[in-house]
Amino acid sequence: MSLRPRVKLPETIKPGEIIEIKTLISHIMETGQRKDKDGASIPRRIINAFRATFEGREVFRAELHPGTSANPYIVFTMKVERSGELALTWTEDGDTITVEKVSLKVVA
Amino acid sequence: MGDTRVIAAICRRDVLIGAGAAAAVLGLAKVAGAADPSKATPQSPLEQALDKILGDAKPQPGKITVELPEIAENGNTVPYAIAIDSPMTEADHIKAVHVLASANPLPNVASFHFTPLSGRAYVSSRMRLAKTQEVVILAELSTAKFIVARRSVKVTIGGCGG
Repeated sequence: MSLRPRVKLPETIKPGEIIEIKTLISHIMETGQRKDKDGASIPRRIINAFRATFEGREVFRAELHPGTSANPYIVFTMKVERSGELALTWTEDGDTITVEKVSLKVVA
Repeated sequence: MGDTRVIAAICRRDVLIGAGAAAAVLGLAKVAGAADPSKATPQSPLEQALDKILGDAKPQPGKITVELPEIAENGNTVPYAIAIDSPMTEADHIKAVHVLASANPLPNVASFHFTPLSGRAYVSSRMRLAKTQEVVILAELSTAKFIVARRSVKVTIGGCGG
Protein backbone atom coordinates (compact mmCIF):
# COMPACT_ATOMS: atom_id res chain seq x y z
CA MET A 1 0.00 0.00 0.00
CA SER A 2 1.48 3.28 -1.01
CA LEU A 3 1.11 6.09 1.44
CA ARG A 4 0.43 9.47 -0.05
CA PRO A 5 1.32 12.28 2.29
CA ARG A 6 0.07 15.78 1.70
CA VAL A 7 1.61 18.89 3.25
CA LYS A 8 0.27 22.41 3.22
CA LEU A 9 2.45 25.41 4.01
CA PRO A 10 1.78 29.14 3.97
CA GLU A 11 2.64 30.78 0.66
CA THR A 12 5.04 33.28 2.16
CA ILE A 13 7.13 33.07 5.32
CA LYS A 14 8.69 36.07 7.06
CA PRO A 15 11.81 35.68 9.24
CA GLY A 16 10.84 34.69 12.77
CA GLU A 17 7.27 33.92 11.78
CA ILE A 18 5.45 31.05 13.48
CA ILE A 19 3.82 29.11 10.68
CA GLU A 20 1.19 26.38 10.70
CA ILE A 21 2.05 23.16 8.86
CA LYS A 22 -0.87 20.94 7.89
CA THR A 23 -0.17 17.28 7.13
CA LEU A 24 -2.36 14.40 6.03
CA ILE A 25 -1.45 10.85 5.09
CA SER A 26 -3.79 8.20 3.65
CA HIS A 27 -3.85 5.25 6.01
CA ILE A 28 -6.55 2.92 7.35
CA MET A 29 -5.22 3.07 10.97
CA GLU A 30 -6.49 -0.47 11.69
CA THR A 31 -6.96 -0.57 15.47
CA GLY A 32 -6.48 -4.30 16.07
CA GLN A 33 -9.83 -4.29 17.91
CA ARG A 34 -12.02 -5.13 14.92
CA LYS A 35 -13.06 -8.58 13.75
CA ASP A 36 -13.66 -9.74 10.20
CA LYS A 37 -16.92 -11.41 9.13
CA ASP A 38 -15.64 -14.81 10.31
CA GLY A 39 -14.95 -13.44 13.78
CA ALA A 40 -11.16 -13.44 13.43
CA SER A 41 -9.28 -10.43 14.75
CA ILE A 42 -7.99 -8.04 12.12
CA PRO A 43 -4.38 -7.34 13.08
CA ARG A 44 -3.41 -3.84 14.13
CA ARG A 45 -1.73 -1.71 11.51
CA ILE A 46 -1.35 1.98 12.21
CA ILE A 47 0.98 4.87 11.62
CA ASN A 48 2.53 4.91 15.09
CA ALA A 49 4.84 7.88 14.81
CA PHE A 50 5.26 11.18 13.04
CA ARG A 51 8.30 13.44 13.22
CA ALA A 52 9.25 16.80 11.76
CA THR A 53 12.88 17.92 11.63
CA PHE A 54 14.38 21.12 10.24
CA GLU A 55 17.99 20.77 9.07
CA GLY A 56 18.39 17.81 11.44
CA ARG A 57 16.81 19.48 14.50
CA GLU A 58 13.56 18.15 15.85
CA VAL A 59 10.64 20.57 15.57
CA PHE A 60 7.72 18.35 16.56
CA ARG A 61 7.03 14.68 17.13
CA ALA A 62 3.91 12.60 17.70
CA GLU A 63 3.21 9.10 18.93
CA LEU A 64 -0.06 7.93 17.47
CA HIS A 65 -2.28 5.26 18.98
CA PRO A 66 -5.35 3.42 17.66
CA GLY A 67 -7.50 6.28 19.02
CA THR A 68 -6.24 8.49 16.19
CA SER A 69 -8.61 8.54 13.20
CA ALA A 70 -7.90 6.96 9.82
CA ASN A 71 -5.93 9.15 7.40
CA PRO A 72 -4.07 10.90 10.23
CA TYR A 73 -4.32 14.66 9.96
CA ILE A 74 -1.84 16.59 12.07
CA VAL A 75 -1.40 20.33 12.24
CA PHE A 76 1.59 21.73 14.13
CA THR A 77 3.54 24.97 14.25
CA MET A 78 7.13 25.99 13.64
CA LYS A 79 9.09 29.17 14.26
CA VAL A 80 11.00 29.75 11.04
CA GLU A 81 14.14 31.93 11.33
CA ARG A 82 15.72 31.05 7.99
CA SER A 83 15.15 29.09 4.80
CA GLY A 84 15.86 25.39 4.84
CA GLU A 85 14.48 21.90 4.42
CA LEU A 86 11.78 20.44 6.62
CA ALA A 87 11.70 16.64 6.66
CA LEU A 88 8.48 14.90 7.65
CA THR A 89 8.55 11.21 8.54
CA TRP A 90 5.63 8.86 9.12
CA THR A 91 6.41 5.43 10.62
CA GLU A 92 3.99 2.56 10.13
CA ASP A 93 3.78 -0.61 12.29
CA GLY A 94 6.52 -2.87 10.97
CA ASP A 95 8.76 0.20 10.63
CA THR A 96 7.84 1.13 7.08
CA ILE A 97 8.84 4.77 6.74
CA THR A 98 7.40 7.45 4.47
CA VAL A 99 9.43 10.64 4.14
CA GLU A 100 8.33 13.92 2.59
CA LYS A 101 10.74 16.83 2.28
CA VAL A 102 9.54 20.38 1.82
CA SER A 103 11.61 23.51 1.48
CA LEU A 104 10.78 26.54 3.57
CA LYS A 105 11.67 29.78 1.86
CA VAL A 106 11.92 32.79 4.10
CA VAL A 107 11.40 36.15 2.41
CA ALA A 108 12.14 39.28 4.41
CA MET B 1 3.68 -14.40 52.89
CA GLY B 2 2.21 -17.80 53.91
CA ASP B 3 -0.34 -16.02 56.10
CA THR B 4 -1.55 -13.91 53.24
CA ARG B 5 -2.35 -16.98 51.23
CA VAL B 6 -4.38 -18.47 54.11
CA ILE B 7 -6.35 -15.25 54.45
CA ALA B 8 -6.89 -15.10 50.71
CA ALA B 9 -8.23 -18.64 50.74
CA ILE B 10 -10.66 -17.80 53.50
CA CYS B 11 -11.72 -14.70 51.67
CA ARG B 12 -12.52 -16.57 48.52
CA ARG B 13 -14.88 -18.78 50.49
CA ASP B 14 -16.40 -15.73 52.16
CA VAL B 15 -17.20 -14.24 48.82
CA LEU B 16 -19.25 -17.29 48.00
CA ILE B 17 -21.10 -17.04 51.31
CA GLY B 18 -22.53 -13.62 50.70
CA ALA B 19 -22.21 -10.12 49.41
CA GLY B 20 -21.73 -8.85 52.95
CA ALA B 21 -18.42 -10.65 53.07
CA ALA B 22 -17.10 -8.57 50.21
CA ALA B 23 -16.39 -5.65 52.52
CA ALA B 24 -14.54 -8.00 54.84
CA VAL B 25 -12.47 -9.27 51.93
CA LEU B 26 -11.30 -5.75 51.14
CA GLY B 27 -10.60 -5.10 54.81
CA LEU B 28 -8.55 -8.27 55.18
CA ALA B 29 -6.64 -7.59 51.99
CA LYS B 30 -5.45 -4.33 53.49
CA VAL B 31 -4.55 -5.91 56.83
CA ALA B 32 -2.67 -8.59 54.93
CA GLY B 33 -0.25 -5.90 53.88
CA ALA B 34 -1.23 -4.68 50.43
CA ALA B 35 1.25 -1.79 50.41
CA ASP B 36 -0.81 0.41 48.11
CA PRO B 37 -4.57 0.36 48.63
CA SER B 38 -5.15 1.44 45.03
CA LYS B 39 -3.64 -1.88 43.94
CA ALA B 40 -6.50 -3.70 45.67
CA THR B 41 -8.92 -2.83 42.88
CA PRO B 42 -7.99 -3.46 39.26
CA GLN B 43 -7.18 -0.27 37.39
CA SER B 44 -9.29 0.86 34.47
CA PRO B 45 -7.53 1.13 31.09
CA LEU B 46 -7.64 4.94 31.49
CA GLU B 47 -5.99 4.79 34.93
CA GLN B 48 -3.28 2.50 33.58
CA ALA B 49 -2.62 4.83 30.67
CA LEU B 50 -2.53 7.89 32.97
CA ASP B 51 -0.15 6.15 35.39
CA LYS B 52 2.19 5.29 32.54
CA ILE B 53 2.40 8.95 31.49
CA LEU B 54 2.39 10.54 34.93
CA GLY B 55 4.52 8.18 37.01
CA ASP B 56 4.40 9.75 40.47
CA ALA B 57 3.49 13.24 39.21
CA LYS B 58 0.15 14.76 40.24
CA PRO B 59 -1.45 16.86 37.49
CA GLN B 60 -2.90 20.25 38.45
CA PRO B 61 -5.84 21.85 36.68
CA GLY B 62 -4.36 24.34 34.26
CA LYS B 63 -5.19 26.64 31.39
CA ILE B 64 -5.39 24.50 28.28
CA THR B 65 -7.38 25.80 25.34
CA VAL B 66 -9.28 22.86 23.89
CA GLU B 67 -11.36 22.98 20.74
CA LEU B 68 -13.52 19.90 20.70
CA PRO B 69 -17.17 19.56 19.65
CA GLU B 70 -19.67 19.10 22.50
CA ILE B 71 -21.63 16.79 20.22
CA ALA B 72 -19.79 14.61 17.69
CA GLU B 73 -22.03 13.11 15.06
CA ASN B 74 -19.39 10.65 13.88
CA GLY B 75 -17.14 9.07 16.50
CA ASN B 76 -14.78 7.83 13.80
CA THR B 77 -13.39 11.27 13.23
CA VAL B 78 -13.72 13.91 15.91
CA PRO B 79 -11.61 17.00 15.18
CA TYR B 80 -9.74 18.70 18.01
CA ALA B 81 -7.20 21.43 18.60
CA ILE B 82 -5.16 22.05 21.73
CA ALA B 83 -3.20 25.19 22.59
CA ILE B 84 -1.36 26.24 25.73
CA ASP B 85 0.17 29.65 26.40
CA SER B 86 3.91 29.26 26.80
CA PRO B 87 7.00 31.31 25.95
CA MET B 88 8.39 28.12 24.32
CA THR B 89 11.98 28.92 25.31
CA GLU B 90 14.61 26.33 26.15
CA ALA B 91 14.05 27.01 29.87
CA ASP B 92 10.27 27.26 29.83
CA HIS B 93 8.23 25.36 27.30
CA ILE B 94 5.51 22.77 26.96
CA LYS B 95 7.27 19.46 26.38
CA ALA B 96 4.31 17.32 25.46
CA VAL B 97 0.55 17.02 25.23
CA HIS B 98 -1.12 13.66 25.77
CA VAL B 99 -4.68 13.00 24.60
CA LEU B 100 -6.72 10.19 26.16
CA ALA B 101 -10.28 9.03 25.55
CA SER B 102 -11.57 7.73 28.89
CA ALA B 103 -14.10 5.19 27.56
CA ASN B 104 -12.33 3.90 24.45
CA PRO B 105 -11.21 0.23 24.69
CA LEU B 106 -7.70 1.61 24.12
CA PRO B 107 -7.70 5.05 25.77
CA ASN B 108 -4.50 6.43 24.23
CA VAL B 109 -5.20 8.72 21.29
CA ALA B 110 -1.87 10.45 20.71
CA SER B 111 1.08 12.11 22.41
CA PHE B 112 2.60 15.23 20.86
CA HIS B 113 6.10 16.44 21.68
CA PHE B 114 7.10 20.07 21.21
CA THR B 115 10.44 21.86 21.12
CA PRO B 116 11.37 25.56 21.29
CA LEU B 117 11.48 25.35 17.46
CA SER B 118 7.73 24.66 17.57
CA GLY B 119 7.22 28.32 18.44
CA ARG B 120 3.85 27.58 20.01
CA ALA B 121 2.37 24.70 21.95
CA TYR B 122 -0.36 23.99 19.45
CA VAL B 123 -1.60 20.86 17.74
CA SER B 124 -4.69 19.86 15.85
CA SER B 125 -5.75 16.36 14.79
CA ARG B 126 -8.70 13.96 14.72
CA MET B 127 -9.62 11.23 17.19
CA ARG B 128 -11.87 8.21 17.41
CA LEU B 129 -14.43 8.08 20.20
CA ALA B 130 -16.22 4.78 20.80
CA LYS B 131 -19.11 6.42 22.66
CA THR B 132 -20.11 9.47 24.70
CA GLN B 133 -17.30 10.13 27.12
CA GLU B 134 -14.75 12.43 28.71
CA VAL B 135 -11.55 13.32 26.88
CA VAL B 136 -8.53 13.91 29.11
CA ILE B 137 -5.74 16.24 27.98
CA LEU B 138 -2.46 16.22 29.92
CA ALA B 139 0.23 18.78 29.24
CA GLU B 140 3.78 18.14 30.38
CA LEU B 141 5.81 21.26 31.23
CA SER B 142 9.60 21.56 30.86
CA THR B 143 9.65 21.84 34.68
CA ALA B 144 8.36 18.22 34.79
CA LYS B 145 4.96 19.41 36.11
CA PHE B 146 1.70 18.33 34.52
CA ILE B 147 -1.52 20.22 33.96
CA VAL B 148 -4.79 18.57 33.03
CA ALA B 149 -8.04 19.49 31.30
CA ARG B 150 -11.14 17.36 30.75
CA ARG B 151 -13.92 17.77 28.19
CA SER B 152 -17.10 15.77 27.67
CA VAL B 153 -18.12 14.82 24.17
CA LYS B 154 -21.53 13.39 23.31
CA VAL B 155 -21.09 10.87 20.48
CA THR B 156 -24.07 10.11 18.23
CA ILE B 157 -22.49 7.28 16.18
CA GLY B 158 -19.58 5.53 17.89
CA GLY B 159 -16.17 5.08 16.30
CA CYS B 160 -13.51 2.41 16.80
CA GLY B 161 -15.37 -0.02 14.53
CA GLY B 162 -17.76 -1.19 17.29
